[in-house]
Amino acid sequence: MTRAIVTNLWLIPAAPLAASLIILSLANSRRSAGAVLAIIGQVVALTLSILAFSLTLQPPGFRAVHNFTWFMFGEQGLRIGWVLDPLAAAMLMMIALVGLCIFIFSIGYMADDKNFTRFFAYLSFFSGAMLGVVIANSLLLLFVCWELVGLASYLLIGFWIEKPSAAAAAKKAFITTRIGDMGFFLGILWLYDRSGTLLFYDDGRGCLENAGLIALGASATFVALLIFCGAVGKSGQFPLHVWLPDAMEGPTPVSALIHAATMVAAGVFLVARVYPLFSLGAINGVTPSLSVVVSIGVITALMASLIAIGQFDIKRILAYSTVSQLGLMMVSLGVGGVAAGMMHLIAHGFFKALLFLGAGSVIHGCDQEHDIRKMGGLRRLMPITFLTYAVGMMALSGMPLFFSGGWTKEEILHATAHWPASRLPYYLMLAGIVLTALYMTRQMIYIFSGNRRAASEHAHESAPVMTMPLIVLASCAIVLSVILTPAWPWLHGYLTGESARFDIAVLIQPTLFVSLALVAAGIALGFAIYRKAAETDPLEDAQPALFRFFENKMWLDELYDRTVIAFTQMAARMSDWTDRNVWDGLVRAFGGMGQIFGSFTTNFDERGINAGVDEATTGTRGIGRVMSAWHSGQIQIYLRAVGVSVLLLLVLYAWLT
Amino acid sequence: MIPTLQLFLVVSVTLFSIGLLAALSRRHAIFILIGIELMLAAASLNFIAFWRFGPQPRPPTGVMIAIFSIAIAAAEAVVGLAMVIAVYRHYRTTNVDQFDRLKG
Amino acid sequence: MAHIITALILIPLAGALFVSAARPNHARGTALGFNALIAILALILWRTFDGTAAGLQLTERHAWIPAIGAEYLVGVDGLSLLLILLTSLIVPFAFLANHSGRGFCTLMLIMQSALYGTFTAQNFVLWFLFYEMSLIPAFLLIKIWGGENRDRAATKFFLYTFLGSVAMLLSFLGIYFAKGTFDFGTLAVLGKGGLLTGKLAWLAFAGIFLGLAVKVPLFPFHTWLPDAYETAPTGVSMVLTGVLSKMGVYGFVRLLLPLFPGQIKIIGPWLLTLAVCSIVFASLAAWAQRDLKRMVAYLSINHLGYCMLGLFAVTASPVVAAKIDMQAALSGVFMQIFNHGVTASALFYFVGLLEQRRGLRGINDFGGLMQRTPLLCGWMSVAMFSSLGLPGLNGFIGEFLIFKGSFAIAASFTAVAVIGLLVTAIAFARAMQALFSGSLAESCSAFPDLFRSEKLVIVPVTLLMFAIGIAPQFLFNIFNTTVLQMTRLFA
Repeated sequence: MTRAIVTNLWLIPAAPLAASLIILSLANSRRSAGAVLAIIGQVVALTLSILAFSLTLQPPGFRAVHNFTWFMFGEQGLRIGWVLDPLAAAMLMMIALVGLCIFIFSIGYMADDKNFTRFFAYLSFFSGAMLGVVIANSLLLLFVCWELVGLASYLLIGFWIEKPSAAAAAKKAFITTRIGDMGFFLGILWLYDRSGTLLFYDDGRGCLENAGLIALGASATFVALLIFCGAVGKSGQFPLHVWLPDAMEGPTPVSALIHAATMVAAGVFLVARVYPLFSLGAINGVTPSLSVVVSIGVITALMASLIAIGQFDIKRILAYSTVSQLGLMMVSLGVGGVAAGMMHLIAHGFFKALLFLGAGSVIHGCDQEHDIRKMGGLRRLMPITFLTYAVGMMALSGMPLFFSGGWTKEEILHATAHWPASRLPYYLMLAGIVLTALYMTRQMIYIFSGNRRAASEHAHESAPVMTMPLIVLASCAIVLSVILTPAWPWLHGYLTGESARFDIAVLIQPTLFVSLALVAAGIALGFAIYRKAAETDPLEDAQPALFRFFENKMWLDELYDRTVIAFTQMAARMSDWTDRNVWDGLVRAFGGMGQIFGSFTTNFDERGINAGVDEATTGTRGIGRVMSAWHSGQIQIYLRAVGVSVLLLLVLYAWLT
Repeated sequence: MIPTLQLFLVVSVTLFSIGLLAALSRRHAIFILIGIELMLAAASLNFIAFWRFGPQPRPPTGVMIAIFSIAIAAAEAVVGLAMVIAVYRHYRTTNVDQFDRLKG
Repeated sequence: MAHIITALILIPLAGALFVSAARPNHARGTALGFNALIAILALILWRTFDGTAAGLQLTERHAWIPAIGAEYLVGVDGLSLLLILLTSLIVPFAFLANHSGRGFCTLMLIMQSALYGTFTAQNFVLWFLFYEMSLIPAFLLIKIWGGENRDRAATKFFLYTFLGSVAMLLSFLGIYFAKGTFDFGTLAVLGKGGLLTGKLAWLAFAGIFLGLAVKVPLFPFHTWLPDAYETAPTGVSMVLTGVLSKMGVYGFVRLLLPLFPGQIKIIGPWLLTLAVCSIVFASLAAWAQRDLKRMVAYLSINHLGYCMLGLFAVTASPVVAAKIDMQAALSGVFMQIFNHGVTASALFYFVGLLEQRRGLRGINDFGGLMQRTPLLCGWMSVAMFSSLGLPGLNGFIGEFLIFKGSFAIAASFTAVAVIGLLVTAIAFARAMQALFSGSLAESCSAFPDLFRSEKLVIVPVTLLMFAIGIAPQFLFNIFNTTVLQMTRLFA
């Protein structure tokens, strides 16, 4: 049974992929068929995921792999495979479940779109590729699916392709993530070179197992950092985070599924998956590569929180909050709290999808308006959306006890506090929590309370097909808080392979109160500042320069435009120019030399050698002309000449004798 | 009058001269052919005359050559006339002055 | 079955005769008919070929000009077979891309014959004969049926490659006078112990290198290529990039690398630098192009640069390479040869389709095509993604193996070459944005989507891309033994 499930694990990603291919071949008008197929594919994936998940509930530390040879080159085979362990199973559950909710939500949200079927084909394709990333037991297979996920993201961001901004955002996302992926690719090459295998687990011979790690030795740090480049790109970490906010040009369900819940978490998942590479040779839990992860995470988390305060686009605020939460997860991984990071990832997947779908519902209700300054007073008009959004907001802010995000955040704080290298990340994380609560409160106040403004005049609650997923996700966000509670660290134990004990006393911890106080402070601060929020932002009025700095995303895009992009474009133009002028110029010069030599010899021929020959020919021709005049062609004249000559000869003969 | 070699030779020379004159001066191709025939006849007459007045007895070599040359002359006349006709068809004239394609 | 290779060489020639006598509007049909026959022969050859046996197979040997050691010796190993299959695939594809008359078809068939000859000949004189025989039709095809500036481009193409050929011929004469043989196999064996010595060796090396580097082309001998590919009619561009450029790579594998291992080792880093320059500069230049065909042409240089990187890493690196890395790099190079042939031809085909519809092919002459012709855009995107090395499509397999092998042997060069992968993606992303997205350009508003005949061409080729990308084993089976043999040769 176990064997059969693990061997056929590929069916989980294959189901949505197959659905996607079938939908692509459908005519554009078969709308309901497209949606139904996509949902069937996702339901199959979910069912199989549950099956696989139930397997992993067995004794702690369950892990089963199925490896096979993809192809043989030369004398050796390239082996890939899939793995089923708690990490993969938890991710499978999260992706399949959140995905299903978002698929259903999309039926309502995209109802009026003319490319409805294509949208579901892309979504299914994404889902399949993402599930593939999770179950991959080979860095190469992971990379393959990773790139396919990037492709799906590219297609979906640019889904409204007639909008130039969407196409530009899609391109930006594709290229920015690919920059990171090139580092990842190099990391794969390096790892393959050193350990001779790309399989994670292979009965003790995999690259994450002892033999492989020993073969890696000191290069593990570099390999880990190169792989981290890929994670930085995909998970929107500083300095490659710039694509993620722009990616909000895509339809909102896409933002929820790809750019909040699943794909952007792939980077975190990747780091968790290859964690042994990062922690190899750790002294007291600290390695250079992990320190880099922590620093990047801290910078990202704080920077994104600050920028979020200065945004007015409802989706961009959520996008920056995603960036900041991903930074938080990275910090958690970096300080050694792998389970905490992954738990936050899973919790985040649910509540961020919830928030995005809620935002989608709001946008749908407000006639595609994104600017929160034009909303307001939606609480009464969209009660379900409001309530579910509030749950999401609480979870994101990290309100403890009843909201999933709270426990996981607290656990991250706990892990960060005990990081031996430095206390700085801990304090910065505390600041980050205040900021998160602040900007979420700001958003809530702008959207749901106060007076109605321009866009909310005709707002209405969304259809059940859209609110149902909201309710499901909101319930998940709350139910998860039970599973995630530190009093019964079942998920923690599940992920780390330890058994969990129920211990209510763990609930009462200093960090609990600290985080509670911080969240309360953040929310209170938010109320204090934004209570009277109107068309303008109070902070903007108070600190225009600072606000401008946040609103313009710390001018990082402009900085990149002026430096990196300008430089590479110049390099491209230079290449073209040197090609046309220098290299081709050399060739032309070579050819020109030939021509000059040619014209020289021609002249020499004409003037020198040819002149004498010409003279001779002219003379010959002249003689010929004279001679030819004698040849009249009249035979009788010739005969007369013969006759006269004979006579003359006779006379001569006679005279001589 | 006793027929002597000289007499035959005089006749032969006369015939030859008339033939030559005709061949050189006539404009009409057929007359030129007739002139050539005359010259051939003069040559044949010479052969027979020299054979007749040569040392006796001997095989009839001169006669044989004369007979051959008559046959050849006939053949030659046929070819010549055929050519004249061919040329006439081409140029629509038998005036040899206009046949100057051989001019260099 | 004994004369199957000779038949492969002769049937296109017979086809050329038939086509030149056929009625003009039957020319393409006749040519395609002959190509069907050739394809069947090629498949039979594939079936007959024993993928597990080392060395040449199906050889035919006849005395030709014994006085100069020239003989008619043809045979195939895995690499030759791979290239024969590629030729048999690309040429009919190219016929379908052009509305072509009698002269065009005749010349293409002659070129096809020359290609089969080049890929099977095992004696230099014979090889060179075919090598040059492919040049003349290509020149005429560009010169007569080309676009703007065709005279200039054709002359440049001809002179460039011809100069290279002459240099190569001289070098081989030198080798012949020194060693007395033109036989590739014998020369390769001699090459292991150093074929020539002193200055003569360097001269001979330089001559052959020049000839082949122009043909590939390798930076900085590549400037004929953008002009020629840009000007040539679509079908010719497809054959030029799909197959003719492979003659250069084939020459490197068959001639230069086995014959001059010592010389290559000495200037190894420089050769690797040239390959990396090909990769990086060509991709950057591709990004800067405004003309789609020119862009694809530069990317062609870039992709062949990967082949050269793999080959040079195997032979030129001062490090003694592990067997598995050499095998990976060589397998990757062979894969890349095939994949680039398929993908680049498909890209030229698509650019040709756009040009047929619009009359222009500047990147900014189009816009918003996705709304008007979603199928064309979709299939074209597949070809583009294949070219930029997206996993799951054919391009990735070869590039991954090349990088895997080269990284282990020449890490720093390979790391720089990765920039090429990135910039290629940028160039394509930009092209896709300009062509497909935004509002529909007025000039494109009457575009027809793919016709049935076009779909019939595109779908099989795209399926092949997927097949190679997902289950490439069937291609590896062709040349695995050859890879092992060459690994032993180069080790």
